[in-house]
Amino acid sequence: MKRKTVAFFDFTCCEGCQLQVANFGEELLDILAAIDVVMFREVMSEKSDEYDVAIIEGSITTPHDVERIKEIRETATTVIALGSCASIGGINGMKNSFKLEDVQSYVYGEDGKNYFETIPTMAVHQVVDVDYFVHGCPIYPPEFVKILKYALQGLPYTVKDEAVCVECKLNENECMYEKGLTCLGPITKAGCNSWCINYGNICYGCRGMVKETTKNASIDVIKKYDIPMDWIMGKFDMYNKATESEEKK
Amino acid sequence: MARSVNVDVKYLTRVEGHGNIVVNVKDGIVEECRLDIVEAPRFFEAMLRGRSIFEAQHITSRICGICACGHTISSIAAAEDAIGFTPSEQTTKLRKILLYQEMLDSHILHIYLLVAPDLLGVPSFVPLIDTHGNVVKRALRMKKACNDVCAVLAGRHIHPISSIVGGFTKIPGEKELDAMLDILYDMRPDMDSTVELIKTLAPAIPVFERETEYVALVTDDDEYPTLEGDLGSSDGLRLDKSEYLKITNEFVMPHSSAKHAKASRKSYMTGALARFNINSEKLNPKAKAVADALGMKPPIINPYMNTAAQLVECMHYMEESIAILEDLKANGTDQSEAITVGLNERNDIKVNKGLGVGAVEVPRGLLFHSYEVDETGKIENANCIIPTSQNVNNIEHDMSKLIHEILDKPDEEITLMFEMLVRAYDPCISCSAHFLDVEFINR
Repeated sequence: MKRKTVAFFDFTCCEGCQLQVANFGEELLDILAAIDVVMFREVMSEKSDEYDVAIIEGSITTPHDVERIKEIRETATTVIALGSCASIGGINGMKNSFKLEDVQSYVYGEDGKNYFETIPTMAVHQVVDVDYFVHGCPIYPPEFVKILKYALQGLPYTVKDEAVCVECKLNENECMYEKGLTCLGPITKAGCNSWCINYGNICYGCRGMVKETTKNASIDVIKKYDIPMDWIMGKFDMYNKATESEEKK
Repeated sequence: MARSVNVDVKYLTRVEGHGNIVVNVKDGIVEECRLDIVEAPRFFEAMLRGRSIFEAQHITSRICGICACGHTISSIAAAEDAIGFTPSEQTTKLRKILLYQEMLDSHILHIYLLVAPDLLGVPSFVPLIDTHGNVVKRALRMKKACNDVCAVLAGRHIHPISSIVGGFTKIPGEKELDAMLDILYDMRPDMDSTVELIKTLAPAIPVFERETEYVALVTDDDEYPTLEGDLGSSDGLRLDKSEYLKITNEFVMPHSSAKHAKASRKSYMTGALARFNINSEKLNPKAKAVADALGMKPPIINPYMNTAAQLVECMHYMEESIAILEDLKANGTDQSEAITVGLNERNDIKVNKGLGVGAVEVPRGLLFHSYEVDETGKIENANCIIPTSQNVNNIEHDMSKLIHEILDKPDEEITLMFEMLVRAYDPCISCSAHFLDVEFINR
């Protein structure tokens, strides 16, 4: 069977998810043997305008991004959104809590504010159709390999609608709420093996929200511990602002 | 004969982020030499306003995947300075390991995957898989080793989990210390092979010299400074970190979403070569031996030698990580120092109103974070100045001098020399949030 041609594209992001792929170590060579990477700008000078699979990292934040992602969608038969910025808007979505003019002048000053165009942050699927979502900030490498296998075979893959808590319980972590802390685990999609909680941190919701949430229970807990609501809402908005309207559906 | 050159490289490859090189020479006169940074602006500073200071590290780590630990540590330093918190000695040691491993990881990536293809005359590391299979495998193995150390210590390298304001949420015990030491002991033969490889490739490093100012952290003790120190320069500047704006003097140029910087002169360089030029006598003896083997003596004013300085540092950071880990193992770690995360719901860490600065050496140079917080720990103002922003101005001045020295060469060679120059700085454009293609105009 002819190997599928794969191209990596980075939009607005930290490029950490591409790097997660480059960080597979010698295992990367096995992945590269299964696919024909025709473009990976971060580590390759080779360029190509033809590819079967487009792996998209980063959010859509400029008018140029919108045009570029549309062109990629027209070329590729399969589009994979890689990482939170691409899959849910991610950290870049925090910008949407402010007026664009305000963020522009705050960073670049009154003189510099108009040098760089920006639009409200969007996830890739808010502009073009996306076939596969690899959530996470950064992506969880074992999940990436799994989804890539599905994508190369053209099989559908859906991230399970269950909360991080499910994996967290299996990992026998002490619940953050038991410690009097708030954690977005109950409302965030599983698939990361409760990575952050395993290392003593809380869940920040980087994988997007589950559809059937226990939001009301979370709000009760927050009230019980008298945690300022604006800080909590800020936590919701940290990764999920760009796609919040979808979460309310 | 007066010559016209027009270089236009769109989306420079093998750099972090997006940049274009534009060179415009008309009838032997240089009309334009610039480095466009075309990365979409990210507006991190603006987005931080109104957030808890305890969230700053989590958010700013996401400025860059390669320097996630550097941003984490500089952000924490600024936050702790702002709220008036002093980290424990153990925390400082663990942070140094994280920082050293990231330097090592980033330098290895740059030396092997980004620069070596130029020195071997191939477009990327991919053709090297067939011709230099063992070299590629070694590079990937070394990179993975650094990542594995970070994973044991902080959960992962890209956006570390347990390193936060106040300390670590999980403290490595004896088992974890042993695991990290085993990985690093195993890396030693690979490091020796890396030094041998670069010794054979070093003659292919271009020779180009331009005097400039070098900026790095300086201290009065004998440790090679990375996490703590004053701001120093080869022109004799020495300032407290709170005065960082006097060094960076940021200004905005329309062609670059990275702000530009200048200190005593029209431009300065920060990064491995700057650190080597200012602090080389403080390097680990094994790192000094690498510098000697490459014939490196400060000051080195050839920017292409930044890659060689990175190699010297690789040995340093590996050996110093081992030294810290051996020390922690000999004395044992205090598990009771593990701190509780959250929006400081439990008030474990007292918050004072204040302004704080983090000045930390990261792979590409000095990284500044600065936050102003109110009495509740809410961020009122934020500023991040990344090394690439500081270096862009110096790169453009290098380009302006270099073009005159290579004007008689063919377009392809000029383009390659420019790409290699920019790559030598190991620019991290996604960081600059605010970079690389060569654009020849009018040739």
